[in-house]
Amino acid sequence: MSTTLLKNARIVDPSQQMDTLGDIVVKDGIIEHCGPPIGALPGGASQIDCDGRLVIPGLVDARVFVGEPGAEHRETIASVSNAAAAGGVTSLIMMPDTNPVIDDVALVEFVLRTAREQACVNIYPSAAMTKALSGNELTEFGLLRDAGAVMLTNGRHTISNTLVLRRALTYARDFGMVVACETQDAFLAAQGVMNEGLYASWLGLEGIPREAEIIPLERDLRLAELTGAQYHAAKISTTESVEAIRQAKSRGAAVTSGVSINHLSLNENDIGEYRTFFKLTPPLRSEDDRRAMVSALADGDIDIIVSSHDPQDVDTKRLPFADAADGAVGLETLLGAALRLHHSDDVPLMRLIDALSTRPAQIFGLAAGSLKPGSTADIAIVDMNEPWLVSEKDLRSRSKNTPFENARLQGRVIKTMVAGAIVYDYQ
Amino acid sequence: MVFPHRHLLGINGLSELDISYLLDKADEAVKLSRQREKKTSTLRGLTQINLFFEASTRTQASFELAGKRLGADVMNMSVSNSSVKKGETLIDTAMTLNAMHPDILVVRHSSAGASALLAQKVSCSVVNAGDGAHEHPTQALLDALTIRRNKGKIARLTVAICGDVRHSRVARSNILLLNALGARVRVVAPSTLLPTGIEQMGVEVFHDMKSGLEDTDVVMMLRLQRERMSGSFVPSVREYFRYFGLDAAKLAYAKPDALVMHPGPMNRGVEIASEIADGPQSVIESQVEMGVAVRMAVMEILMLAGKGGPAQ
Repeated sequence: MSTTLLKNARIVDPSQQMDTLGDIVVKDGIIEHCGPPIGALPGGASQIDCDGRLVIPGLVDARVFVGEPGAEHRETIASVSNAAAAGGVTSLIMMPDTNPVIDDVALVEFVLRTAREQACVNIYPSAAMTKALSGNELTEFGLLRDAGAVMLTNGRHTISNTLVLRRALTYARDFGMVVACETQDAFLAAQGVMNEGLYASWLGLEGIPREAEIIPLERDLRLAELTGAQYHAAKISTTESVEAIRQAKSRGAAVTSGVSINHLSLNENDIGEYRTFFKLTPPLRSEDDRRAMVSALADGDIDIIVSSHDPQDVDTKRLPFADAADGAVGLETLLGAALRLHHSDDVPLMRLIDALSTRPAQIFGLAAGSLKPGSTADIAIVDMNEPWLVSEKDLRSRSKNTPFENARLQGRVIKTMVAGAIVYDYQ
Repeated sequence: MVFPHRHLLGINGLSELDISYLLDKADEAVKLSRQREKKTSTLRGLTQINLFFEASTRTQASFELAGKRLGADVMNMSVSNSSVKKGETLIDTAMTLNAMHPDILVVRHSSAGASALLAQKVSCSVVNAGDGAHEHPTQALLDALTIRRNKGKIARLTVAICGDVRHSRVARSNILLLNALGARVRVVAPSTLLPTGIEQMGVEVFHDMKSGLEDTDVVMMLRLQRERMSGSFVPSVREYFRYFGLDAAKLAYAKPDALVMHPGPMNRGVEIASEIADGPQSVIESQVEMGVAVRMAVMEILMLAGKGGPAQ
């Protein structure tokens, strides 16, 4: 029996639309009270004085790539959980793009077992929707769900066969599984490595047109409507994608969408002279697109923010731009970078925390994203005004490919709590 | 003048003054190359390594000769078929060579930005001899030298660059250099062979040779690789030559004294007719001569800057 009192907290909890100064009482890993200051300290309780700092439900990151199994030198389940804790992320959905691919019950069980033994935050496996992510043969949705997979996805790969996708969506609906897809037309994208446009042309790099994202997304949305499946557009980057999703929603499709923190923070010009840490999928787009992503997030047309944490090392990044791998780490900079949008008055704080915590938990049916009494005490204490300089040497992730190196962020995680236990303490 | 750059990675970043200085120096090198005694001791004791990840007989020979005429010790390394296949990366190769203390590294690579990446990792000067579809600065300089020696100037001349601009590092470097020196630049090609945003790259865009070549002083042809047919950029050699290949009829649209140029190697009968390549307006052979001179100038200037001038 242990009790902790978080005093003088600015509690922001989108699940209760609460933004108030008050106290939180955690008893045996469960939130017992969340709201007005309580008079007396319960007997035997430890106390944390939050000193007016922000207290929010721990972040829920719905798109995290991990190197285990197969590339443990880049990231393990244990190391990713340490990085997550430092970023205030208390729950994450792990992508199935590992080696071997997580397309089988045994692998889902492996992830859960490893996480239980070694991870300090909640790791939820997602499962490949086709065997080996090949886009041809369906995996065992029901068995995977029952083993603990919380989402189906084809990972980094877009399914090109519309019939396979239709069947997958139809079948997933029966099992109540959300299907999360990233869309990029392999033919249109061809050898492309960055956003198509003047900048790519001067650099002599092959471009990826925006239509490479939009065309398969529109196709997917039609199939989501046809099948009635719950479809999540995992990582969109263009104005037109937002519009397509908005229209599909208005037609009644069960569609949600996400955007990576990178596409909310950066644009194609950040690539500069071939900086491979900025090589991402979808590619960083124009500043107009970035701004459109921000305002769609503020409006709620984009539901959630993901880090799209994707650890890469020198073997895959210290190469000429076109030859380098895609992806950037992001768990530890997610909140700091997102708070920029609050500091700049582009996105209200409540919506921001909703997109980082409450909403992803709702979409994927996770017991997270809320400070309501009775909830598991997954909590982040954040100093919203603390300035800090991102430096790769401070990152806990095994890989250091951050596009925010030397960025000045305002707002950092002071303490992270998972089920009432402190898993990260800045001091 | 002190050349304010340690490397030559592209035309981008060079001022008009830098370019003129290089061209003036190259004019001197032309004189030297035409003498019976062609060798100087300017770079004696210095080591030049030609690091070619992409096969190129001509460019490599040109750099080799340039180095030798200046008295440098020149070593050629073709990496395309050895270490890279063993998994050794570009950086590993560069670090290995760097440990041998070269003074100048001439690099060609099939990926854009490769020479810039190398330049960050080695302690000597780097000359970009072509990186993917990005830049090929010595080619643009030799083209400019050829034009200047034939026309007496570059400013206000109209230059048409024709063909596969999209995949061409030669075109990008030339567009930058010719604009820097005040020429009017046109590109003539089917839209499938033009990069996105070409209208904003400081050129006038044409899709037919007649209007594109009208009143031009220089016609610069680009090589069309045969892979472009299978990549659906253009349907066939026959059709391409018909509409975009330089023959006598199309050349007649240009000024009567227009120069015909080609960076080589040529595909005769694809982008240029033999009679034009070998005809009186062609300066293609002269380009090869200017190539050696320009490379001598580049290396001499970088080495002199490396000794006395500020490093960049």
